[in-house]
Amino acid sequence: MIRKLLIANRGEIACRVIRTARSMGVNTVAVYSDADANALHVQMADEAVHLGPAPARESYLDIEKVIGAAQKTGADAIHPGYGFLSENADFCRACEAAGIIFVGPPTGAIEAMGSKSAAKRIMEEAKVPLVPGYHGANQDPGVIEGHAERIGYPVLLKAAAGGGGKGMRRVDRAQDFMEALEAAKREARNAFNDDIMLVERYVLSPRHVEIQVFCDSHGNGVYLHERDCSVQRRHQKVVEEAPAPGVSPELRARMGEAALRAAKAIGYVGAGTVEFLLDSRGEFYFMEMNTRLQVEHPVTELITGQDLVQWQLLVAGGEELPLQQQDIPLIGHAMEVRIYAEDPDNDFLPATGTLLRHCPPQQDDSVRVDTGVQSGDEISVHYDPMISKLIVHGSNRREALAKLDRALREYQIAGLTHNIPFLRRVINHSAFAGSAVTTHFIEENEAALLKATRVLSSVQLAGIAACLAAQRTGNCALRAPETDAHSPWHQGDAWRSNLMPTQQACIDFHGERHEIRFTAGGGQVLWHSGEHQGEIHTLADAQVAIVDGRRVNFTPVLHTGGGTLFIDGTQVDFAIVEPDLGESGDDAGHGLSAPMNGTIVSLLVEAGTPVEADQPLLVMEAMKMEHTLRAPKGGTVKQYFCSAGELVDGGSLLVDFEEGEA
Amino acid sequence: MNRLQTKINTRDSAFAANREKMQSIVDDLRQKIEKIAEGGNEKARAKHVARGKLLTRDRIDALLDPGSPFLEFSQLAAHEVYGEDVPAAGVITGIGTVSGQPCVVVANDATVKGGTYYPLTVKKHLRAQAIAEKNNLPCIYLVDSGGANLPRQDDVFPDRDHFGRIFFNQANLSAKNIPQIAVVMGSCTAGGAYVPAMADESIMVKEQATIFLGGPPLVKAATGEEVSAEDLGGADVHCRTSGVSDHYANNDHHALEIARRSVSRLNRVKNPGLDIREPVEPLYPAEEIYGIIPADSRQPYDVREIIARIVDGSEFDEFKALYGSTLITGFARIQGYPVGIVANNGILFAESAQKGAHFIELCAQRKIPLLFLQNITGFMVGRQYEAGGIAKHGAKMVTAVATANVPKFTILIGGSFGAGNYGMCGRAYDPNFLFMWPNARISVMGGEQAAGVLAQVKKDQMAARGENWSDEEEAQFKQPIIDDYEHQGHPYYASARLWDDGVIDPADTRRVLGLCLAAATYREPEDTRFGVFRM
Repeated sequence: MIRKLLIANRGEIACRVIRTARSMGVNTVAVYSDADANALHVQMADEAVHLGPAPARESYLDIEKVIGAAQKTGADAIHPGYGFLSENADFCRACEAAGIIFVGPPTGAIEAMGSKSAAKRIMEEAKVPLVPGYHGANQDPGVIEGHAERIGYPVLLKAAAGGGGKGMRRVDRAQDFMEALEAAKREARNAFNDDIMLVERYVLSPRHVEIQVFCDSHGNGVYLHERDCSVQRRHQKVVEEAPAPGVSPELRARMGEAALRAAKAIGYVGAGTVEFLLDSRGEFYFMEMNTRLQVEHPVTELITGQDLVQWQLLVAGGEELPLQQQDIPLIGHAMEVRIYAEDPDNDFLPATGTLLRHCPPQQDDSVRVDTGVQSGDEISVHYDPMISKLIVHGSNRREALAKLDRALREYQIAGLTHNIPFLRRVINHSAFAGSAVTTHFIEENEAALLKATRVLSSVQLAGIAACLAAQRTGNCALRAPETDAHSPWHQGDAWRSNLMPTQQACIDFHGERHEIRFTAGGGQVLWHSGEHQGEIHTLADAQVAIVDGRRVNFTPVLHTGGGTLFIDGTQVDFAIVEPDLGESGDDAGHGLSAPMNGTIVSLLVEAGTPVEADQPLLVMEAMKMEHTLRAPKGGTVKQYFCSAGELVDGGSLLVDFEEGEA
Repeated sequence: MNRLQTKINTRDSAFAANREKMQSIVDDLRQKIEKIAEGGNEKARAKHVARGKLLTRDRIDALLDPGSPFLEFSQLAAHEVYGEDVPAAGVITGIGTVSGQPCVVVANDATVKGGTYYPLTVKKHLRAQAIAEKNNLPCIYLVDSGGANLPRQDDVFPDRDHFGRIFFNQANLSAKNIPQIAVVMGSCTAGGAYVPAMADESIMVKEQATIFLGGPPLVKAATGEEVSAEDLGGADVHCRTSGVSDHYANNDHHALEIARRSVSRLNRVKNPGLDIREPVEPLYPAEEIYGIIPADSRQPYDVREIIARIVDGSEFDEFKALYGSTLITGFARIQGYPVGIVANNGILFAESAQKGAHFIELCAQRKIPLLFLQNITGFMVGRQYEAGGIAKHGAKMVTAVATANVPKFTILIGGSFGAGNYGMCGRAYDPNFLFMWPNARISVMGGEQAAGVLAQVKKDQMAARGENWSDEEEAQFKQPIIDDYEHQGHPYYASARLWDDGVIDPADTRRVLGLCLAAATYREPEDTRFGVFRM
């Protein structure tokens, strides 16, 4: 029986584990880095121990510090969550050495699955179906390339130690192979400190269907059905659901039993996930086994009515599984979306900044939000930019979808770019709503999914006008002298002698400029923009506005230079265009800036070298993904203002670049 | 506090008729102002904008804090005065907040006669400076003017209150630490060059602004030197070489931004010295004033109905309610500011004049601002009243008004005739602000009375000569006099000549007074020294 549990993680998963532990009467210890001193998981835990600086390497990934924290607080068990140290055999061993229960599988199971090529051999012996591929120890690039030829393009390169899409590359043509291999190795080295690669056939029209398995130390094992995680981008899961559409009970049983065979083959204990590729003919191939709790475990919880963290803690405490295979229910349909701080319109670039507003939808029996952040928190460059997971349950898939869409409409996030509009386009796409989709769904439907609308509706313009009026009134009030706080000079409605108090402003919405003229007074704003016009009443203290006689929900979040507006189930982010002061910076177009906070991986050309348009100049890593900065035109790299390994802020000048024929 | 209860029935047919009449008068006013606000003609405006310059009102909008009110003065200045259109006399003046500080803005409109100074342009500019001085408010000059209007130089240049007074004022305002900031956004020639030169800080827009005592044509005529306007007095010359200007701006917006930053560094601390409370709206809507003012101006009405629609919570503590009841005096608040109100409710008698003098003394003693609501045909005449000393009682009130050293505000809500105008703080008594309602009339006496007096004089002369004057002939004699008085007593005529600070919509009265009261609080209250009261 575990009495005190240290959670060696942060964010939503730490919060989620604490919740269950608390309900079981287990005391909790959080750990945190400098960046997380005031984070939700720290607030929720009974105790918290500071680990170190913000970079994960010096805090959450530092085995010594984590073990030290457990010893200092007398924790008898450590839950690793996912990511970080969750699949690290060294950590597992360190726990063992310190006499602390590791909530997860035995070291041997992690090691067996930690190397993908070794795992495949074990699976082959256990009669678990495999995709044709090369998982050999000979890592000579020429040898790997030869196997790629043998298997046939397209092929998939993967880091043997990998997971989560890092160190993974699809290669379509032989001539691209070497460059892709090099990049994948580099990514793998950074992520896992191990660049051993394997190569496999790239299965066409594949679906990602995974089986949740659970084993105890008494030899019992069950599968808790499957999850369909086919909607992915860059090998990152976007939507997860259970059960998988179109999977028959017979296929479910076949896959479940194969997954259990896989688990048993490595003497597995605890929660694990066996990932399969399922092709259109119902054939499935083993991909990998994740020896931890998955991000998407809540969908399984909702269809089975079980708490998997509770199971983990019971099993780790030496108890038997609570249910036997035939007793595991499958009720209705559950769906999860991952809400990220990222810009889907800009190649899913991670977004960093302050979460000015985080207001998830109302939670109930069928709507669940797992999150580790609150309004005012910082989404930093140091960790995964996931804001939350939204999970819904319905009696069938259609109902779950409807609930999911409604919940996404109600979800309010302001302060940084996020993927909710993108998620709504995904789940409302006819192909997705209709039936099962393949892992290529997003790339095949990019045009429909990635193109955000640039047009502002009349209701949205009305809301912006109300925001502008409110912002001006507020600014005027702020300027009132302390000794005369109610001065009519600070009333802010732009009153004019014998003339309409018409104000104007120019806003930018996705690069389009809109001139808005408005007159405001007594909570009412009359506005006019282009061919649109109308009126809006905002009701004090209520999150409601009346637009041309219709009541709509309305929540403005204003900040200097613009605002975010939630109106009528839509979100509008706009910037206020300030007048041109003729101060155009002389260096415009002369340099290349960091698109986000991140670490410089490598500089690719010598300073002073002429380059061609689109030639890669440097590689930087942010949110554990690599991004390449390319020459916008032909020209010369005069100087780099950064060096490999340096942490740079988004917007800072990295390259002194001069246009022109070299 | 005594809450005023209205006796007005808004369903009354007379109310409806009154309202309709006032509405048409206000509509006419707004239409005229809307036209005037356009500035110069379309061609002139198009040319101005094509040069990359902002129109004057857009400049003011960009200068002021977004959302700031703009209390504009004398919009009707020069209206139908010169036999040519000179909208707003070619200069826009008013108060608005810049970086939170209310400032007096004086902005030339180059689309109106090149922004040149007509006599009334000068008068309007000087009046704006007087307002700045009286209320201790910084001045910002947006300069874009060709200088004095040469054909009218005799009415612009030589006299005490002509062009030169602008610079005299700048020097003396600056001496009183009333900041003088000039933004040169176009030409600034000859005498006009002293506006930026005399300013505490000046800003010039590159390739738009020029400052010189003599322009290129004059230089050529005088010395034969050929030089471009830019080389003679552009922003580069004055910001880099001559030091005439302090800040170099890239464009109009940039110049106005520099002015805003400059104001944010003035280090002015406000000490109102007044018991200010949170404002409360009146119990009755301001628009009802339209139905209260009789369509026939000779009809009496109770001025408390007006007060009830202007003051906070319609609360009014009357002073000496039972004595001298043709003058209403009492305490109230407007937009939270305490104010003593003196309002006519009929002709002035000895008692009412004494009551008024007493009340003004009270307010001066307590440093409470005074509001005069003028609707006065004059002091009572006749043997009994002269014998009763109405002149000396009137004199007491005039003395009190003239010397009370508190902010004073006057609204002409009806007639303003004769010595009543003096006792009720007319223009000559230097109120901080004076506005007219569009239904008001101002003259030495009513047109009927004046015609009657003149007819009586003529009738007496004819009678002396033994001539007879038929009623018809008398009426023919009187009509043009009545017409003249009506024309010259009209608010547009008055406002065109700067006898007031503007004509306002009666429904805006509370707002205008609130802004005026608040503006006046930027000057610290002072003690009053009254003159000798004739007892």
